[in-house]
Amino acid sequence: MSEKSEKLIDKKGVRLDGRKPDELRPIKLEVGVLSNADGSAYIEQGKNKILAAVYGPKELHPKHMALPDRMVLRCRYHMAPFSVQERKSPAPSRREIELSKVIREALEPSIFLEYYPKTGIDIFVEVLQADGSTRCASIVAASLALADAGIPMRDLVVACSAGKIDDTIILDLMDTEDKMGSADVPLALMPNLNAITLLQMDGTLTLEEFEKAVNLALEGCKKIYALQKEALKSKYVSVKEVEE
Amino acid sequence: MSAMITRVKQKQIAQLISRGKRLDGRGLTDYREIKVEQGIIEKAEGSARVLLGKTEVMVGTKIETGEPFSDTPNEGVLTVNAELVPLASPTFEAGPPDENSIELARIVDRGIRESKAIDLEKLCIEPGKKVFVVFVDVYVLNHDGNLIDASALAALAALLNTKMPNYEIEEGEVKIKSGYTPLPIRRHPITVTFAKISDKLIVDPWLEEEQVMDARISMAIDDDGNICAIQKGGSGYFEPKQVLEAANIAKEKAEEIRKKLKW
Repeated sequence: MSEKSEKLIDKKGVRLDGRKPDELRPIKLEVGVLSNADGSAYIEQGKNKILAAVYGPKELHPKHMALPDRMVLRCRYHMAPFSVQERKSPAPSRREIELSKVIREALEPSIFLEYYPKTGIDIFVEVLQADGSTRCASIVAASLALADAGIPMRDLVVACSAGKIDDTIILDLMDTEDKMGSADVPLALMPNLNAITLLQMDGTLTLEEFEKAVNLALEGCKKIYALQKEALKSKYVSVKEVEE
Repeated sequence: MSAMITRVKQKQIAQLISRGKRLDGRGLTDYREIKVEQGIIEKAEGSARVLLGKTEVMVGTKIETGEPFSDTPNEGVLTVNAELVPLASPTFEAGPPDENSIELARIVDRGIRESKAIDLEKLCIEPGKKVFVVFVDVYVLNHDGNLIDASALAALAALLNTKMPNYEIEEGEVKIKSGYTPLPIRRHPITVTFAKISDKLIVDPWLEEEQVMDARISMAIDDDGNICAIQKGGSGYFEPKQVLEAANIAKEKAEEIRKKLKW
């Protein structure tokens, strides 16, 4: 994060892509997009294009990983080599290993793991194009894919980032805002339980700014939550229309 | 990163905490005893060992010359790596770094990087071509809980103890001269980790508390009391008000530690 003279937000509070500080990027959600997976979802958020697939519950391999009292959740977050400006090596980077872990831990609290002892679920997230806040968009899609797979859940997990650019607290950072801005706060939430399941931050924020950013991200989560529910319902609505 | 403890003990820990007490007699926001030793490995450019109760972490720094990243041609490079060596715990295994050691390294890295603790521009030898690379290697020697805070503290202690080689440029070649100058450290980020047990926040969980916790959250605080890095971990959750409560306690605790260590 370097301080450059370039302005990320103008005097009227308009950001580089024309958004207001508290405005989300356009989001498109689709459920059940892959026929082989037990559950799947696709998200477009600005230029982010991300696919999530769920396989399971199924017998775990290797078998010694299975737990006697609950299901094991595994998650792989992976970026396509062509998803970013400079080609990314397809081998998993340290960043991807960390994100796989935090995404898994963001989803785990939502699932009734104890309903399926000795089994496992694999969640695969493929980032086809990345434009900032991909971990949040990945969680939104992965949670939808879990619901699509019919996994019993306490709530959907929804995620959104907030941050700071040029002394303004903003919602839903895109790539340039993440790289040039002064803070990034990704947050995941189960709205019905008021439970934060992922929280990270880098940059510099005072306690007051941090509180503001958390509240803004929570607001953003609630907006995306409505879209998530909409997307889930619309899959079944369209099926019904075909049957008639 | 778990070892077995009995159900009875798990229950006991959780029940005590719900009453505001801890098994080892600490208050909910008390740290264990912190001991910091610097300059213990002569061959490293900087080193430190931190004892946090029985948790023991050693950090050694090495400095080499290398190429800068293309997006920061005027800055030196910081690289943090963490090893959970098998002698530190019955649950650690030899082999390539797993997700736990990668996460630990990245949390330590973020605290140092985002607080701008090292003046990386002073590590530039020739813009775009040659810079100093600072390797921070975190070596966990005994795991008794809260590796994050112990490692972050040990990393900072080692950096404060790190000497940079003197150099001059002769006909475009970098010549290392005799003598050293201290690594330019301008900030002192302190990382404070909380565990959530019985819906209460406790500071500096030790191993058995980590077995019982629903989730943890770590916050790095800089010299001005600003937050510069956060990481939530574990498969539980926090309520928004708990996160803000943690931020306030972290600020207090970081100040306390910085004062104690005179940083």
